[in-house]
Amino acid sequence: MKWIYKRIILALLTIYFAMTFTFIVIKSMPGNPIQALAQQFVRQYYMNYEEALALAMSVAPFVPKGSLLEQYFSYMMKFLRGDLGVSISVSTGTPVVDILADAIPWTVLVIATALIISFGLGTLIGMAMAYKHGSKLDSILLTVFSILRSVPEYIVAILLLSILGFQLGWFPVRGRYDYEALQLLREGHILPFIANVLWHATLPILAWVITHIGGWALGMRGSTISVLGEDYISYAKARGVPERRIITRYVGRNAILPLFTSFMLSLGFMFGGSIIIEYIFSYQGVGLILYQAIVSRDWFLMLGAFNIIIIAVVIGAFLADLLYGLLDPRVRRGGETL
Amino acid sequence: MIAREALHHIVYDWVITPGRIIMRNKKALIGFIITLGYVLMAVIGPEVTPYPESYKYPKYIKPTIFKWPPSLEHPLGTDYFGADIWSKIVWGSRTVLIIAFTAGFITTLIGITVGMTAGFAGGRLDAVLMGVTDILMTIPGLPLLIVLATIIRTSNPIVIGLMLSVNAWTGLARSIRSAVLALKNTEFVEAARALGLPTWHIVFREIMPNLMSFIAVNFIFATIGAIYGSVGLYFLGVLPFTEFNWGIMLNMAYSQAGAHHSIETMHYILAPIAAIVGLQLGLLLFSYAIDEIFNPRIRTEIS
Repeated sequence: MKWIYKRIILALLTIYFAMTFTFIVIKSMPGNPIQALAQQFVRQYYMNYEEALALAMSVAPFVPKGSLLEQYFSYMMKFLRGDLGVSISVSTGTPVVDILADAIPWTVLVIATALIISFGLGTLIGMAMAYKHGSKLDSILLTVFSILRSVPEYIVAILLLSILGFQLGWFPVRGRYDYEALQLLREGHILPFIANVLWHATLPILAWVITHIGGWALGMRGSTISVLGEDYISYAKARGVPERRIITRYVGRNAILPLFTSFMLSLGFMFGGSIIIEYIFSYQGVGLILYQAIVSRDWFLMLGAFNIIIIAVVIGAFLADLLYGLLDPRVRRGGETL
Repeated sequence: MIAREALHHIVYDWVITPGRIIMRNKKALIGFIITLGYVLMAVIGPEVTPYPESYKYPKYIKPTIFKWPPSLEHPLGTDYFGADIWSKIVWGSRTVLIIAFTAGFITTLIGITVGMTAGFAGGRLDAVLMGVTDILMTIPGLPLLIVLATIIRTSNPIVIGLMLSVNAWTGLARSIRSAVLALKNTEFVEAARALGLPTWHIVFREIMPNLMSFIAVNFIFATIGAIYGSVGLYFLGVLPFTEFNWGIMLNMAYSQAGAHHSIETMHYILAPIAAIVGLQLGLLLFSYAIDEIFNPRIRTEIS
């Protein structure tokens, strides 16, 4: 149990320092939200800059004041109480918490589904490849997965959008759902709405799955091959343990362990990567919100989105460590961690 | 005489043996040829290809290489600005490669230094270094790069390369540290210690050779990662568009010309995509050879 307290303290420290680092980096960005807003007014309403600046000041009186250190302490104290400040760009004055609470489920829907599909399919295919390694099929899949893994997911996203979205028109090209579907939901038809949501999420999910499945398959293939060479597998076979039991309990379970940590870390990576995917599909999730916040120098929204992702990543890594200990009895807690 | 012998050894170690290993592995050979092709494109391409001037030709000329008879007038067609796409690909390759290799090199260098120091020093220094690594690892990479890009606002490929290494080295540092911890207790390192050999000898002569293949492969992965990051930043339009870069072409094709939703302009977006995927693939296949070139067991088998 002592191990767990140490691990929790470490996780909290990591979150604190990562938040502080992000705060410093974001505060050193040139320009400020008022200037960005004023420029937006100049573009939108053809005002001159002074007028636009005055208007921006009057509609957005939420710009943090005081020295950098004061701003830092006030932000951190408010953050602890769950107050993430208000947005300046996305409908001025909306609490950041509300914006994020609206966006997060959508991003989680896309990346969690994509991760589960690519991990599940990838590990299954990888295991099959390991059993048949050296065969023709294995070498073909090896090449295909190597290629897919080296392609950036935004390239696949652009291709999917242009072919399946625009050319063939099979999938919607933007947004989280259609307005008509929302009307149906208001009238109490839940299923058509869910179908519409999934239809919109298909292309972003597909972009992730296509580029990530290869990594999992290749990882699982390597890991299974090394487990297959272990003595306890030969011993289990010699004892006459049923083949099916060997595949699931002996090989599968041991081979999947090394992939487990990367599974949790992937979530964080995908949160960051969703900035481009959501931009391409105009999908209003955390990524797109964060992109808009950065462009319009919306400090509180930026900080909020960054910090939520940071916390999610740290919790993910923490859970991975915990579960790893439960799954793998060989892990010595409190010992030298490699 | 000694100098000649040394030269002979160098040629043998760095040219002939790697050459044989590459020739033996078909995938690696393809990867090597592709990578070499891109490097040549970046080095001499801009010298022999005309500068991609805008508004010189009509917009959206179809790729002439796919016409009958094929011609090299506009092999990949022209774009929204009436500039030759092939010239833009060639001129862009230079910045893409400089960014990628700078970032790959710096990322690997920081990764090795931090990982080795942490693994060797142990104790408090190890804890601090790994703490910093963990902190940087938790901050989402791509969003952080976008913020940094708006702070630094540069189009200098070397500076962009440096920027991309800011938190790319963390994974490598962690793995190097683990490897050092494992190697530290091996017999040959203990023997070297017992002989009283200096630390630099142990690091560079005993431990490094064992990690070379791993480090070289990670250099390639860091390069691939830097291409992903830099093209992504250009695609999002957060870096100044003053140089040529495939990411800028992607951005223009996507946001200005809407090249992804009309068949007429499709070639405009496919050209940079093909260039990026080809380079990534070449580097990845080449990494198979690199792994074998630095693997002492395979080396002895060959020579």
